[in-house]
Amino acid sequence: MATDHEASARTPALSLTGAVKAFGPVIALADGTIEILPGEIHALVGENGAGKSTLVKILAGLHHPDAGDFRVDGEPIAFRSVADSKAAGISVIYQEPTLFPDLTVAENIFIGRQPRGRSGLISRAEMRAGARELFSRLGVPIDPDRSAEGLSIADQQIIEIAKAISLDAKVLVMDEPTAALSGVEVDRLFAVARSLRDRGAGILFISHRFDEVFALCDRITVMRDGRYVATLETSSVTVDEIVREMVGRDIDQLFPKEPAQIGDPVLTVRGLSRAGVFADIDLDVRAGEIVALAGLVGAGRTEVARAVFGIDRYDTGTVELNGRAYTAGDPQAAIDAGVGFVPEDRRKQGLVMDLSVGRNATLTLRSALARFGIISSARERRAAEKWTKTLQVKTGSQEYAVSTLSGGNQQKVVLAKWLATEPRLLIIDEPTRGIDVGTKAEVHRLISSLAARGIAILMISSELPEVLGMADRVLVMHEGRIAAEIDRADATPEAVMHAATASMEGSK
Amino acid sequence: MTTTVHPTGTDSPRPSSGRRSPLSAIAHLRELPVLLALVALILVTWLINPLFLAPQGVKDILLNATIVIILAAGQAIVIITRNVDLSVGSILGLVAFGTGSLFVAVPGIPIIVVILAGMLFGAVLGAINGLLVTLAKVPALVITLGTLYIFRGLNNAWAGGTQFFADDRPQEFGNLSVDTVLGFPLITLIAIVVVVIVAVFMSGTRSGRDLYAIGSDPDAARVFGVPVTRRVLFAFVTNGVLAGLAGVLYTSRFNSVGATTGTGLELDVVAAAVVGGVAIFGGSGSVIGAALGALLLTTITGALTAVRVDKFWQQAIVGLLILAAIVIDRIAAVRTARRLRVSESRDV
Repeated sequence: MATDHEASARTPALSLTGAVKAFGPVIALADGTIEILPGEIHALVGENGAGKSTLVKILAGLHHPDAGDFRVDGEPIAFRSVADSKAAGISVIYQEPTLFPDLTVAENIFIGRQPRGRSGLISRAEMRAGARELFSRLGVPIDPDRSAEGLSIADQQIIEIAKAISLDAKVLVMDEPTAALSGVEVDRLFAVARSLRDRGAGILFISHRFDEVFALCDRITVMRDGRYVATLETSSVTVDEIVREMVGRDIDQLFPKEPAQIGDPVLTVRGLSRAGVFADIDLDVRAGEIVALAGLVGAGRTEVARAVFGIDRYDTGTVELNGRAYTAGDPQAAIDAGVGFVPEDRRKQGLVMDLSVGRNATLTLRSALARFGIISSARERRAAEKWTKTLQVKTGSQEYAVSTLSGGNQQKVVLAKWLATEPRLLIIDEPTRGIDVGTKAEVHRLISSLAARGIAILMISSELPEVLGMADRVLVMHEGRIAAEIDRADATPEAVMHAATASMEGSK
Repeated sequence: MTTTVHPTGTDSPRPSSGRRSPLSAIAHLRELPVLLALVALILVTWLINPLFLAPQGVKDILLNATIVIILAAGQAIVIITRNVDLSVGSILGLVAFGTGSLFVAVPGIPIIVVILAGMLFGAVLGAINGLLVTLAKVPALVITLGTLYIFRGLNNAWAGGTQFFADDRPQEFGNLSVDTVLGFPLITLIAIVVVVIVAVFMSGTRSGRDLYAIGSDPDAARVFGVPVTRRVLFAFVTNGVLAGLAGVLYTSRFNSVGATTGTGLELDVVAAAVVGGVAIFGGSGSVIGAALGALLLTTITGALTAVRVDKFWQQAIVGLLILAAIVIDRIAAVRTARRLRVSESRDV
């Protein structure tokens, strides 16, 4: 809440207070509050799912808040569309730049407001000259006539910034702009951001990198669980204080972890790399052990899992199961070796939604159930029953379509499907995403009991409490690398957050 | 038939005038391959059979190409927005039968009124497609496959066994397809004017460029604030108008119109657009290219007949051209994607 006297004297370029946004029963934003002054760079930080993206989309006019006070230059305002937001002088640069690959760079900057010549038609020469002038102001040599396709992310961002400058934006929102940039490119971006600030623009900078936040920003607003927590002057806080504000909650005892006998290594990964995605991944998962792969969205966790399971190829490194390597880039080889993979997106990748519960549960068993290539439905039913009973899937009948089940029960069917193959390693990506609180605990209990049976479990999770409650060991990934390995005893929210954001104090 | 790869990188020297040299601009034209293919085809055929370029032969090819050129121009607009309209053959059929009926029902009706009525009728049918696609959010492929049958069904119900013949229409109307100016049949001149107007719209106006943006990345267009729904609806309506115009001209060109007029035409039209360099996934290509594609496909048929190649081979060659166009497009896209991945992997 701290704003100094000088700041509070100025009218904020933009202020949002107590914004609420719900999608059906899910409340994505319970209290979205932010105040951006002209001529400041303001950071917005928070864990995954803290509501930052929803807030940005409200500012961009993509979402319409259900409640709350929204002002631009002190005047109440309600955006009905992106065009409204743009007309009010707000420009948003998303993490994934939104350029049109088939159009030229110049046209991308001026789309929808191309300069027109005397004939009333678009003047390409004028458009080109305008783009060239913007680029020379930004000090970058980009050919306005080339198509946007194939530009590096850094150049794409520069084009987005050029767009914002040409729109004469009062407020520039940058959603994790540095996530895909190299050091030099980050410096260039910062120089541009500072010069925009010095010209009086307000900038909202969203980043997980605290070194950048502290180097660039004047004030920091922290969000947690869809709520505004605090706004702090950068000069008067430390990274530790920010992290505490970000995680500041107790870990609820929702996670009944059974003690399990931890045995020999099942999965051994050494030096696994895939250019541009992840690098030098070493990891072991032992029998009966639950290893959590933590980190921010985009850190490369899912990509590592997909490579281990053979969905994606990797460039270098080795993957062994029980000391034996299996063919890379071939999921069937991984399944045969004893790997199961429960993907993040159940609906798209884990289940065939229109098939029955029984069919889904036995999908991985098709060849084992078949005699002379034809699957016997009696055997299929028996196999399905065994596992859906063990996992207590709540369904009226094996014949019901999976799409009729709740999220938690769907997840159990996916688990049943893999357990039927008797895997030695089970990779679970976001085990409880989109599952209601009650069923969550049940899924956790299940995973824990699977570990107790001696299955090695590699769990990817963005939910800190889940990671801390379930894992015997936590591997934290940051920008494609393993940034830290933390034992259960030492795993605190602060330690994991520090490593995930690669801030100095916390990482080992 | 496309050239998506742009050799001009960020570090290449730039002309100081702020304008590209005309030569390099021509070399970058997406329409260039189809234009070269057309010229080569005409030359080779002419060497084998000089009669191919006799005035009557040229006129026949132009007449045959006219209808498909107009339809392909309209289809290009729709495909550029990452949609497709498979119902154009049925729209043409309905409008053609409507044109025949109109001449019979209102004797002495001015030709220009008939043309405008046909275009209006086409606009209504195109609007039905556009509304279904934008409101139901079902892929255009499915929607227009449905309306293809619905419109055809209406045509069948309306026409029954009735056919209208050239005798039912005024002489001047039929003459649109007979009289020539500088060797060009009048209906071909109409088609050329239409193509030029649409081409200028697509390349020179903000709404035209929005259509490219939508096809290039629909999500980005929405995030950017391009009025996607309105523009896509507009594309379908315009395509309907052009299909309506084609329906009227069809009635002038051909002797009879009835329940089955225009059946199967949609495939020729989509083929012409694709061969002409309109990317089937939207975002690039041009109306001129689509028109050239239509001319090329018609010329091939004429040329192969002129050099006495079996009709079966004619279709196979059209098929090969389509595949070539798509394969070249894919190769270019894959190459760009690879470049992108390498350039991004620097910092990891």
